[in-house]
Amino acid sequence: MSLDREDILNHVDGVVRIIKLVFAVVLLSPFIFYLLTKVDFEHSEEVVEVVETPLIENGIDLASGLIVDDNYELVNGTCSACHSIDLVTQNRATREGWKDLIVWMQQTQKLWDLGDNEALILDYLEKNYAPKQQGRRAPLKDIEWYEL
Amino acid sequence: MNRKKFISASLLASAAAFLGNKISFGENSKQKKTIQPVSDKKLIPGKHKDLTILNPKPWNAETPPHLLDDKITPANKLFVRNNGRIPEDIDVSKWTLTVGGESVNSEKTYTLAELKSKFKQYTYQLTLECGGNGRREFSPPAKGNQWDLGAVGCPEWTGVRLKDVLEDVGIKSDAVYVGYYGEDVHLSGDTEKVVISRGVPIKKALEDEALIAWSINGEDLPVMNGYPLRLVFGGWPGSTSGKWLSKLVVRNQVHDGPKMGGMSYRIPKYPVAPGTKVPEEDMKIIEEMPVKSLITHPKTGAMVSGSKSFEVRGHAWSGDRSINSVHVSLDYGATWKLCEVSKAVNKNAWQHFKINLSLPQKGYYEIWARATDSNGEMQPMVIPNWNPKGYLNNACHRIAVKRV
Ligand code: HEC
Repeated sequence: MSLDREDILNHVDGVVRIIKLVFAVVLLSPFIFYLLTKVDFEHSEEVVEVVETPLIENGIDLASGLIVDDNYELVNGTCSACHSIDLVTQNRATREGWKDLIVWMQQTQKLWDLGDNEALILDYLEKNYAPKQQGRRAPLKDIEWYEL
Repeated sequence: MNRKKFISASLLASAAAFLGNKISFGENSKQKKTIQPVSDKKLIPGKHKDLTILNPKPWNAETPPHLLDDKITPANKLFVRNNGRIPEDIDVSKWTLTVGGESVNSEKTYTLAELKSKFKQYTYQLTLECGGNGRREFSPPAKGNQWDLGAVGCPEWTGVRLKDVLEDVGIKSDAVYVGYYGEDVHLSGDTEKVVISRGVPIKKALEDEALIAWSINGEDLPVMNGYPLRLVFGGWPGSTSGKWLSKLVVRNQVHDGPKMGGMSYRIPKYPVAPGTKVPEEDMKIIEEMPVKSLITHPKTGAMVSGSKSFEVRGHAWSGDRSINSVHVSLDYGATWKLCEVSKAVNKNAWQHFKINLSLPQKGYYEIWARATDSNGEMQPMVIPNWNPKGYLNNACHRIAVKRV
């Protein structure tokens, strides 16, 4: 295939245009991001798939501190709406205890009806945040030794 | 949720575009913590950087015992216990306190400036401790912020006596309780919903040391601790000392604001076995806090070389009572040594203890501290009576030391 001078120039022109476009997108992205924060989107399901790549270490989702197991994202989403998820991860209870807590938050703290999600959330909490027996007094632990 | 995810996506896009690297983000909370790891979790405005944060929303943080070594707790080391969102855009020039309720002759409102100029000002050192301090050690566990040892402090508070203000308003002889309302916002964002509204019986409210305060250690209250105005009732659960105070109600019955009833700040009327489900009507309101002490020096984990002696010191306090003695043990309570104890500067102020110790031989020791109050009550060495919400754990403080 032989290219004359005209063709080459056309090609170069096209490439330059693409580069310009890419630059425009890059430069505008903070602005687009800002706009997105101002708008409530109803239909962003496609995007959701792209971003679900949490950082996990030793079975813990590093960002939330939740134990990674079925429905932990549901728990994270539902239970960090009012307070931080730390209020969940520092607590332990039986299924009944978690259920009582949900009822208490519904009766007094404006927590909504969780519908079918309630059972899934309780399954998760019961399994991963069950009480640990620590006796009448636990040994001292996590001591950082230093010279006095 | 969708919106948050979309933000993540766009952030991902910008970040990837700028860095040209493979970066993965999860939900909103994830990207927030990945991009700004410090601002989110580690630093509380106006507070010491080494406070232990239990919960950044709402802010709840406690002070590690060795940071409580000061005799008078600095404002930046006073623990933070919030039930709601801190009020924003506080305009001090417009701040008012209204005193009403069934048992006042007529409702009265004061500006902050009026409070400061109209009434005599007093300064007291008052111990403030969260009712749930020590909750972490209860078994089976009690729900709520899992406080360890440091939800306590004893700064100097300046303000006016609540009783002077109540006298100026004029209260009826049927007054039973004083309740408060503050300007914090419920976590659900509903601005109509009261976050917490507790208070104290009229007897406590009329004590000299019951303050409406605007200052800690001569400076404005930290925003986290109730700026610009709050109540301070030393020796009672911190939740009685309302923050961001805008209204008082003098009641002819026990106050019934949110968190007065139910299980909050209440314990069973009778002793129960650990894990017992106690009906609400069998619960009673916590009043005084129990006798307690804290070793603030040395910090746990000290390695001492040889028989060198070192000072062990800290503070002790007990509700409305005073401390008679503090003992420490190096052998798990088999023998106890009597410490030197200072007098309280005023009622409801903590007292200081100290003693010089040396460790008999090479090895691991625990130093336990046990205070005895003016009623002869002592701290238990194991966890005291279990209660459903895990209040009032006053088990003796233990630190680990080694002779090397
Ligand atoms: C509508 C708002 C809202 C949502 C959503 C919510 N909570 Fe809460 N939750 C609260 C409030 C308000 C408190 C009380 C905070 C305080 O007083 O410190 C609370 C307290 C708690 C506590 C401490 C309990 C105590 O006695 O102090 C735990 C544990 C908890 N929530 C777990 C959860 C879990 C699990 C979920 C998800 C199923 C959840 N929360 C969702 C509002 C909410």
